[in-house]
Amino acid sequence: MTEIVLEGRNIVRDYHVGGSMFGKAKTVHAVKGVSFTLEKGKTLAIVGESGCGKSTLGRILTLIDPQTSGELLIDGKPINIARDRVTPELRRKVQIIFQNPYGSLNPRQKIGEVLGEPLLLNTNKTAAERRDLAMQMLVKVGLGPEHYNRYPHMFSGGQRQRIAIARALMLSPSLLVLDEPVSALDLSVQAQVLNLLADLQDEFNLTYVFISHDLSVVRYIADEVMVMYYGEVVEYGTRDEVFSNPQHSYTKTLFAATPRSDVESIRARLAKKKAAA
Amino acid sequence: MALLEIKNLSVGFDTSTGQFMAVQGIDLSVDAREVLAIVGESGSGKSVAMLAVMGLLPKTATVTADSMTFDGHNLLTMTNKQRREIVGRDVAMIFQEPMASLNPCFTVGFQLEEVLRFHMKMDATTRRKRAIELLQQVGIPTPEERLNSFPHQMSGGQCQRVMIAIAIACNPKLLIADEPTTALDVTIQKQILDLLVSLQAKYGMGLIMITHDMGVVAETADRVIVQYKGRKMEEADVLSLFESPKSPYTRALLSALPENATGDRLSTVADFMKQEAAISGAPS
Repeated sequence: MTEIVLEGRNIVRDYHVGGSMFGKAKTVHAVKGVSFTLEKGKTLAIVGESGCGKSTLGRILTLIDPQTSGELLIDGKPINIARDRVTPELRRKVQIIFQNPYGSLNPRQKIGEVLGEPLLLNTNKTAAERRDLAMQMLVKVGLGPEHYNRYPHMFSGGQRQRIAIARALMLSPSLLVLDEPVSALDLSVQAQVLNLLADLQDEFNLTYVFISHDLSVVRYIADEVMVMYYGEVVEYGTRDEVFSNPQHSYTKTLFAATPRSDVESIRARLAKKKAAA
Repeated sequence: MALLEIKNLSVGFDTSTGQFMAVQGIDLSVDAREVLAIVGESGSGKSVAMLAVMGLLPKTATVTADSMTFDGHNLLTMTNKQRREIVGRDVAMIFQEPMASLNPCFTVGFQLEEVLRFHMKMDATTRRKRAIELLQQVGIPTPEERLNSFPHQMSGGQCQRVMIAIAIACNPKLLIADEPTTALDVTIQKQILDLLVSLQAKYGMGLIMITHDMGVVAETADRVIVQYKGRKMEEADVLSLFESPKSPYTRALLSALPENATGDRLSTVADFMKQEAAISGAPS
């Protein structure tokens, strides 16, 4: 029997934009009733353009923002952070990795402290234990113990994203929300980080929610795909269903907009250009 | 004769640990009506080479080349004053961050008309007319109203359209686009690429696309230069580059594309470097 780690039932999030002397108050419906289930060890990709509500949903799943209505279940237990306090145990279970590895690390904090901090706040481990665990994690994400005392500015973008991944894994979470983790990275660095994520998923049996607008990456990493458009889910299914037979017109538009780099498409484009000239 | 012709271009930066060579001996030429893509990772010197052409490098940079000519002008011996007359008029550049390249303190209209005033010496009414026409061309709805907008009131895609409008304002012969769509969504990326290519064809411009995205190359380029650590690894027309890449680095780049994944793992450029080192011994 497969274990459901994460479930959303009709999740809604509204933002109230305050009225002032310049304008009337209004309500923005960022997420309009999203439902899904996610099994342990699988990857759910959330796809959509900027402003479609995918990051808002990510923040709700990571227990940063409360949902306005609807139910969020983690490991089968309903969670509402607007009503209840988030327990340290719950914080351990869900971690997030942000898009910009330059912005998500404190420039004045050494890498060792970055990795030790989640343990300091959420566990009773001693300094020596924290240090050992941080060293081990550095090796796991493809860095070395020698990086322990360095500052973020001494690392490249890909290395910083590895550090962000290491920090998220320090509390051995079961669910990892990845908010555009590779969009700021170069092609080959992107490949390295994607490989790392795949390895870690196998090793720790992690469940991923992968937020992205890049369909080629999604096709590579996802088991299930959810396409969002203006706060609504317009398409939800397994990767093969969505990619081989997209139903909604927006999904089709997304596919059409993705650059094609196979030889046939290039040939077709060049032929068209020649005909036009 | 080619529109832009560069022979043996090197750019070095003075740093506290000695000189760092960002570009080492690059040859490059672009014809009018041609789309050239320069591909490489960050740090491959692809932007630096083009900034050298524009004369936009900081004082710590030393530029050397056997020759560097644009449309009959020698860019190496040119004074700054002469260069200012060409840059922005005959050769224009679009940058990666549309929000950062527009001045937040002035309206879009002001920034667009500034180019026309400086290079074309147009009077106020013709300027305004031309500005509206330009915004129409790049596909901005209600251009008359948009002229009075500030950059923060527009989306990233619209700001990039304004940047393109500014770049093509004086009918340049050569347009250099430095990662024009990296900060944008796929759907917007498609629109901007289509716009650039259609403008290029319409006005017969030369277009240089600097990018790290092989998809963008496949969608736009006629000819491609692949750069790595300041050196040219390969130059080929777009079809043969994707069909039969000669250089192992190009092959590594192509196999790092998620859509070309074979099995579970993506191959990375680091894998390629290891293989290279194993074959050739120590790298030169």
